[in-house]
Amino acid sequence: MQFDTPVTTNPIDRLKVVGQPIPRIDGPLKVTGRAIYAYEWHDPKVQCAYGYPVGAAIAKGRIKSMDVSGARAAAGVIAVVTAPEVGDRKKGKFNTAKLFGGNEVQHYHQAIAVVVAETFEQARAAAALVKVDYTEEPGVFDLAQAMQTAVKPELESGDPDSGAGDFEAAFKSAPVTLDQTYTTPDQSHAMMEPHASIAAWDGDELTVWTSSQMIDWWRTDLATTLGIDKEKIHLMSPFIGGGFGSKLFLRSDAVLAAFAARAAGRPVKVALPRPFLMNNTTHRPATVQRLRIGAERDGRITAIAHESWSGDLPGGQPETAVMQTRLLYAGANRMTAMRLATLDLPEGNAMRAPGEAPGMMALEIAMDEVAEKLGIDPVEFRIINDTQVDPEKPERPFSHRDLVGCLKLGAERFGWNGRGRPGLQRDGNWLIGTGVAAAFRNNLLVPSGARVRLDAEGVVSVETDMTDIGTGSYTIIAQTAAEMLGVTIDKVSVQLGDSRFPVSSGSGGQFGANCSTAGVYAACVKLREAVAQKLGFNSEDVLFEDGEVRSGNRSVPLAEAAGPDGLVGEDTIKWGDLSETHQQSTFGAHFVEVGVDAATGESRIRRMLAVCAAGRILNPITARSQVIGAMTMGAGGALSEELAVDTRRGFFVNHDLAGYEVAVHADIPHQEVIFMDETDPMSSPMKAKGIAELGLCGVSAAIANAIYNATEVRVRHYPVTLDKLIGGLPDVA
Amino acid sequence: MKAFTYERAASIEAATKAAEANPEAKFIAGGTNILDLMKLEIETPTHLIDVNGLGLDKIEPTPEGGVRIGALVRNTDLAADERIRRDYGLLSRALVAGASGQLRNKATTAGNLLQRTRCPYFYDTNQPCNKRQPGSGCSAIGGITRQHAVVGTSESCIATHPSDMAIAMRTLDAVIETVNADGVRRSIPIADFHRLPGDTPERDTVLEKGEFVTAAMLPPPIGGKHIYRKVRDRASYAFALVSVGAVIQSDGTGRVAVGGIAHKPWRMETADAELPKGARAASSVLLSDARPTDQNRFKVALVERTLSAVIAEAKG
Repeated sequence: MQFDTPVTTNPIDRLKVVGQPIPRIDGPLKVTGRAIYAYEWHDPKVQCAYGYPVGAAIAKGRIKSMDVSGARAAAGVIAVVTAPEVGDRKKGKFNTAKLFGGNEVQHYHQAIAVVVAETFEQARAAAALVKVDYTEEPGVFDLAQAMQTAVKPELESGDPDSGAGDFEAAFKSAPVTLDQTYTTPDQSHAMMEPHASIAAWDGDELTVWTSSQMIDWWRTDLATTLGIDKEKIHLMSPFIGGGFGSKLFLRSDAVLAAFAARAAGRPVKVALPRPFLMNNTTHRPATVQRLRIGAERDGRITAIAHESWSGDLPGGQPETAVMQTRLLYAGANRMTAMRLATLDLPEGNAMRAPGEAPGMMALEIAMDEVAEKLGIDPVEFRIINDTQVDPEKPERPFSHRDLVGCLKLGAERFGWNGRGRPGLQRDGNWLIGTGVAAAFRNNLLVPSGARVRLDAEGVVSVETDMTDIGTGSYTIIAQTAAEMLGVTIDKVSVQLGDSRFPVSSGSGGQFGANCSTAGVYAACVKLREAVAQKLGFNSEDVLFEDGEVRSGNRSVPLAEAAGPDGLVGEDTIKWGDLSETHQQSTFGAHFVEVGVDAATGESRIRRMLAVCAAGRILNPITARSQVIGAMTMGAGGALSEELAVDTRRGFFVNHDLAGYEVAVHADIPHQEVIFMDETDPMSSPMKAKGIAELGLCGVSAAIANAIYNATEVRVRHYPVTLDKLIGGLPDVA
Repeated sequence: MKAFTYERAASIEAATKAAEANPEAKFIAGGTNILDLMKLEIETPTHLIDVNGLGLDKIEPTPEGGVRIGALVRNTDLAADERIRRDYGLLSRALVAGASGQLRNKATTAGNLLQRTRCPYFYDTNQPCNKRQPGSGCSAIGGITRQHAVVGTSESCIATHPSDMAIAMRTLDAVIETVNADGVRRSIPIADFHRLPGDTPERDTVLEKGEFVTAAMLPPPIGGKHIYRKVRDRASYAFALVSVGAVIQSDGTGRVAVGGIAHKPWRMETADAELPKGARAASSVLLSDARPTDQNRFKVALVERTLSAVIAEAKG
């Protein structure tokens, strides 16, 4: 199905199932331990061996020699596969750093060997016996230094620079200006389930159980790296214990498992140990961001510039932290620029809301600062600068934009109007403050396919390689199929995450929910046509309702219509140019109240509210879960999360979950989420947009702004930890 | 993890004899720290002596009017004990400020005292670390040091001791009871139990090889307000940036020990004497020899500010 004109009325609008607060259908499997995750896959007929990875002990250089004799001789060891032995391998399209193979070490903990043994403990013990002699080379690990030599990068899509009008002149003549630099640190996805794979060869065919957000990307890149035909790979990832972007692209666990299984002559399972998460896989790159904003005294922005510097391994991409600034606020004179430095740290890559998450962390503090300079309430300041068109290309309207509605409703529900001036509110030992930030994330469209079967029992089964990374894909896909075919949700079964199924959008960039359900919609349209044709109905006026197919006076139960052989519909949603003629984005507003301990500077969040405008909400329960999870991630990003770079040795030092502090339950207070009641007919037949990343964009800035309101100390370098605050807190002695 | 043998000791004597017989042996109780360290091969005992079944899990009154806390009393049980909560509230509060409910259910009194540093370089076997591998150098110095010690450091090591419980015990003047394979008993004041790193940071305590902790004795209760204030970036499940354990009397006198700033619980009786004058006076004594790094210099101010809040709370 080609989607190239705004949708009018369709069966989804009935909202009998779609849009309803239906608990996730895979919930019982998960809470009873019956959802099988990658590493847990078990077939009593198959005796898996265990692979344990060895990571490079240096950040940059070459492997001179490896002595694996000790490992080979160790108890239970079946095979040892080393990177030099495997040799240089063609890199997957989506990988910047090579995952395995050859003598070159590009980053700390890059996989250089896998040891296979009968038990996990034997493999781990033997892996520690691998001796490596390196030739170490100097590397560049410090963004603050490397940014001096950063260059204008070639982007995968779009231009690193943009602009309109004459920024410099307008900024110079603006009566109120801000010129500040902000930094965001490297961050780790830190999802609960580690990267894990089981690989099993049958002749030249490979089966892989893994934890992947993008089945087809993994399958393709694994084929490239192994040098085999992708049709020979069967990849499965039905359940995923969190990804946040860390499982978008093929990772070393799958590659190591495949080589290890071949060497061992039997299936091998490999999980990356927790320290590998930080230095073996990808992370969100640190940024240095300069914001310049010029405004008239009435609050109108006349000049806005956002520049961002980040680093990556050679061949990598910048963190696109300026993207939202191209679209979020009005202003006739503007410029953005991204510069990329070479760093020899592990690969930087997508983490939940890449670009916008760190970009909004900076932009939305800058907006707070300008509002204060103007003496205008920060909610009002944002409303004044709303735009209904792409400010760089005013001929391009937004498909639907209700940032103002989010801000107004949020302010009302939060009780924003009682807000005090900075540093004046106290509750016992706590300095109290509130903060606001806009939320913004683009809505991305990716082709997505599905196959829908109707059987003689009247059961509808959906097959697509879409993944459910904890988001609720199973449920919203079932809701979509149920709505389209006029059945209750218990008549729908959904199978996901299998490379034998039609290629879907996968899960990433908050495009999964809208795109994958649109793909299911398209397949259901095909199935409806097949049903109508079989019954000789005119498909135009056929009604699928209450388990029946109706046309005129005739009505046939679905089960009967399916016949003994059943019927199948398969299709892929493809996108026309609606996202080029119109800017599709999602919007929101975050409101936060914090307390800052007047003595110690510890910041604790007291309440959070998010108002989101993201098109039709397919399921308010799963959507809310996405948003509160994102708010939680934003709390960690504001207050504690930072991969600490040892700039001498070139690695992230705090490489475990004790050292890398994500928010815990005690950090998270009452969270409220409100969805604007809206649809976007240009986004898809579902009229939905993404929500999962919107919930993160702006949260950290709202927290930082609240801390400023509490303390009158402006911190521009995340995370906002107490050491950056106590120098400015009231004297206590 | 290296392969190891395992035995369940039948008696204290058997445990100490087994430890003396094998210089590579270690005791295991709750295992909440040593198992992690063994998985990473930071600890590589060839033999584990399980001491869980030795009946050392009782909290008993002493003839002097204090309490004797068995070495194997779980942190959860100790924190919840009625007498501890009433007479040694500081200890109970320090315990529940540490780790998580699950860990406290397993972790023991002796194990808590003997837990090792959380310095990230100690935890990464690719990095030099004098504590892990004597003579290899300290990679924390000049590296990431926000969590590290500011007092009592050496050129060899700037690690901190991570225990919350030990801060309370130091404030309360606990005495650690031990026995060795010859049956020789020692009573070690907790002030002398943990060491400063000097040039032998591999030794955290003064325990000799095979010496076994049997109990921690608390002297009779001293009254006063018992306050434990742990300062950290997140609200739970994090080691202290700074912690203050204090007992403050109604006349403003008292005792204070500080965590998160040294290789051992940091208390100076000369600083206690300054408490009536306020936080600034006491902390300037406590930190008079501070040698912070650029990354942890904030701890100097943080100690004073936290102590100030503690004193205010005691008056409150």
